[in-house]
Amino acid sequence: MKLTTGSKTAALIAAAALTLSALTGCAQNEEPADPGTDNTSSQTETSLSGELNGAGASSQSAAQEAWRGGFASAEPGVTVNYDPVGSGSGREQFAAGGLGFVGSDAPFKPEEAQGGQGSCAAGSPLVEIPVYISPIVVAFNLDGVEALNLAPTTIADIFTGKITNWNDPVIAADNAGTQLPDVKISPVHRSDQSGTTGNFTDYLAATAPSAWTFGETEEWPLDGGEGAEKTQGMVEALTAGQGSIGYVDAGQARALSWASIKVGAAWVAPSAEGAAKAVAESQLESGRGPGDVVYELNRTTTADGAYPLILVSYLAACEKYEDANLSGMVSAYFKYVTSEEGQQAAAANAGSAPLTSEVGLAAKVSAAVERIGS
Amino acid sequence: MSQTTMVRPAGGTASDKIDPAAVLAASRPNLRRRLTNQITLGVVILAVVMTAVPLVSVIWASVERGSARLDVALFTNSMRGVVGQGGGLLHALMGTLLVTGATALIAIPLGLSAAIYLTEYGGTSKLAGLTRRAVDIMVSIPSIVAGLAAYALFSLLFGPGTRSGLAGAAALAMIMIPVVVRSSEEVLRLVPADLREAGLALGAPRWRVIRRIVLPTALPGLTSGAVLGVARIIGETAPLLLVAGFTDAMNYNLAEGRMATLPVFIYTQWSSKGLDTAAYDQRAWAGALVLMAVVVVLQLGARALPTQIAKIRRNR
Amino acid sequence: MGPTSASAVGTPRAPLSERVFAGSMRGAAGGVALILAGVLTFLAVRGGPAMFAQEGELPAHATNFLQLAGPAAFGSLWVAVIALVVASLPAIGVALAATIYAPSPKFGRFLAAVLDLLAAVPSVVFGLWGLMILAPLMVPIYGWLHRNLGWLPFFSGEPSVTGRTVLTAGLVVGVMILPIMAAMCRESFALTPPALMEAAVALGATRWEMVRYAVLPTARSGIVAGGMLALGRALGETMAVAMVLSWTPYLVSVNLVSSGNPVTIAAFIASTFPESTGSQVGALIGLGLVLFGISLLVSIAGRRIARQGVTR
Repeated sequence: MKLTTGSKTAALIAAAALTLSALTGCAQNEEPADPGTDNTSSQTETSLSGELNGAGASSQSAAQEAWRGGFASAEPGVTVNYDPVGSGSGREQFAAGGLGFVGSDAPFKPEEAQGGQGSCAAGSPLVEIPVYISPIVVAFNLDGVEALNLAPTTIADIFTGKITNWNDPVIAADNAGTQLPDVKISPVHRSDQSGTTGNFTDYLAATAPSAWTFGETEEWPLDGGEGAEKTQGMVEALTAGQGSIGYVDAGQARALSWASIKVGAAWVAPSAEGAAKAVAESQLESGRGPGDVVYELNRTTTADGAYPLILVSYLAACEKYEDANLSGMVSAYFKYVTSEEGQQAAAANAGSAPLTSEVGLAAKVSAAVERIGS
Repeated sequence: MSQTTMVRPAGGTASDKIDPAAVLAASRPNLRRRLTNQITLGVVILAVVMTAVPLVSVIWASVERGSARLDVALFTNSMRGVVGQGGGLLHALMGTLLVTGATALIAIPLGLSAAIYLTEYGGTSKLAGLTRRAVDIMVSIPSIVAGLAAYALFSLLFGPGTRSGLAGAAALAMIMIPVVVRSSEEVLRLVPADLREAGLALGAPRWRVIRRIVLPTALPGLTSGAVLGVARIIGETAPLLLVAGFTDAMNYNLAEGRMATLPVFIYTQWSSKGLDTAAYDQRAWAGALVLMAVVVVLQLGARALPTQIAKIRRNR
Repeated sequence: MGPTSASAVGTPRAPLSERVFAGSMRGAAGGVALILAGVLTFLAVRGGPAMFAQEGELPAHATNFLQLAGPAAFGSLWVAVIALVVASLPAIGVALAATIYAPSPKFGRFLAAVLDLLAAVPSVVFGLWGLMILAPLMVPIYGWLHRNLGWLPFFSGEPSVTGRTVLTAGLVVGVMILPIMAAMCRESFALTPPALMEAAVALGATRWEMVRYAVLPTARSGIVAGGMLALGRALGETMAVAMVLSWTPYLVSVNLVSSGNPVTIAAFIASTFPESTGSQVGALIGLGLVLFGISLLVSIAGRRIARQGVTR
């Protein structure tokens, strides 16, 4: 008995010593880079340093991870933080003045974007740019079926509970040649408020107004059905549930089967290029300032290859800050995010559509970014 | 039934419940009684199995899915600048230690002092009654409500949406204080009154008696109570998600900026993944293993400490 | 008792050090009460107005606060009760195994360590476990329950294909509160007077009869108090429920196997908080107050029962 408590204590002390030795130093990956390598790199601009805090939409978090990783090697002196607290909390914090920039699935209202945000210099309007464009896939789990064609009204009828079985004639009519099993459909929705739900319902409201009468809403408007917390909860539900169908950011739905949606008369499978194309096919929202690049998404586009069921997430910052260093950091970060390199990094880690693939879009965005601190 | 013949109806003191004559008459259990005995034994064994199965399953899942990332890098790296694979949880481990440490620094002195007042000074005073009632109420504060209260307080002081390690510590302290007061009060009450009276009779002022006699006597119990209080709060997720926020870099400053903690690290690794989902899942489960290990070490400590302290005393 | 009677020794002219010490101890006691008062004030100031909020100021499209709070309060109680039902028998059984049935004290200590380990698993890990491992396992069981017992309201309705039902959430929370309840039971079983048990055995009682007539009656109030403590903890359980449960706001249902389930207050707060602003946050804080009230009532009931046991 004595022996065991003795050895227990010894183990405790050993564990404590180990932990302490690990904690005395900084994290290995955060140790300042060797100054020698800094000089050799092509850093001719005045290098920035400091901490840049952002927060907001969780949909961007994988892309933000890629941007911060890439930006850290471009500007080693700057630490960028991004807290995926959610768009609403992010916008509220930005308005209160606690953030350098904010990520949001929904843009600021035009009057909010004209000024009065606590983080900005007095009277400074906002710069808002679409940075994260990602297809939302209608994903399903059905044994023996790997691809489906689903028209907007069919999707709406499935999610409102009008179509309840996979062998429904309406589905069969669009999927000639596919053996549809006699399995009940279990539609899954997000139980937390989310931009994905907002974009999905916006798409249904625009393309199937007679079947989907609930308009655009970030909170699922119907009772019943399966609810899942966060994107990952949705993915788990779809992975586990035979006969389930849901809507997921494409990057997180790699293991699931995807439906093609009807655009005009054609069936279009989700793709990054189609998503970027759908944005390019959309008009800028009117009544906004020159730095406020907000799209009125054209969900009913019939352009060849466009995939209009997309999520567009924005980054917002100020044109002018009180603090010049902060202004420089935001400007540099936004330039990196919207660069070819930044957009490709996001595409590699999050599966988003690089906005640089659409020339007109990229030009508008970089013109807006130039306004920061100018 | 034989059982009903054995016993009188319930009531009176417990020792009345067994009727000696009836039990004697049935001194050789008949088949039915033996069978009941065996079945209930089976139920007890089943209960042990039912407890063990989820535990084994949770640990197995964590080891199976997380052990791939139980490497040195996990403990020497943060997540700053990490894309996809790699990275570590040093920042979250540090954050958990800092937030938990700050919570303990708030809750233990305050809770212990309040317990000293309740046992040594207050007695039946009005304030003692008020404090006891407050502790009773605080015990039933759900942790998410503590998080909301800290959120309300800190957003009032520092503007809406403020996140900091200190806010997390404030939320956790609301949960830990009543635990410390209760366990300390219980332990202090066990110190024999004779010891105090002997000290007082020698003319020592009360505070010296408490410092020199009461607290040393109660020390083993007090420490294990405190450690168990820490173990109670170290795995809390919801309040920290609300008020401490999340960052992927080291932050040693409790008062300013977001601070990652292990439970929040696990949650965010699960909830926000990149394309290489396996890397995130592995980090989440590895984080779960580390957090469980920390709590187990604390609990073992709480068990070993009293005997260790007693042993050191004896040797002195 | 001892300490209070001795306080009379305190001389009218205590030395300064004594007054400082006593004063700071008194300050700490008052501080604890003040903290509670502060918590209640903050919650009431921020959450109170939400109770009279209009449509549009509330989350989940609610038209008034009660519409939100009522079903969620039901959901919280429902999950907690399921968890308690799930946990009670194993908790009492394990506590018996660790005390009365333990073949050796070592085995008892081993079981206590197992329970401590179970209590050490953080709720977010239970959330992952419930979501990824337990829920898929439950799917065929729910299908069977629905086919064979579908005439009961608990098992009617379309069974969930993902297993993320209120029963799964209750099972997860049940596992989480099991160690709390078992610890309380163990303590009260250990308090059974040995003479009573020896007498029972000497009189020829089987082990079960000894437990039934000597151990359980003396421990009854401890068991109930432990159950109430566990129920309180279950009411406040947040992350595990939010991650596991498939819920719909406003739903009041006793169905255990389908995907339409009521939400718990704690899970609703955790899910809705990130996207809430202004008055919506106020509404969530108001919901937090309601949850606090419910768990307070439960703990008062528990304490009353425990006290009855002591006086008897």
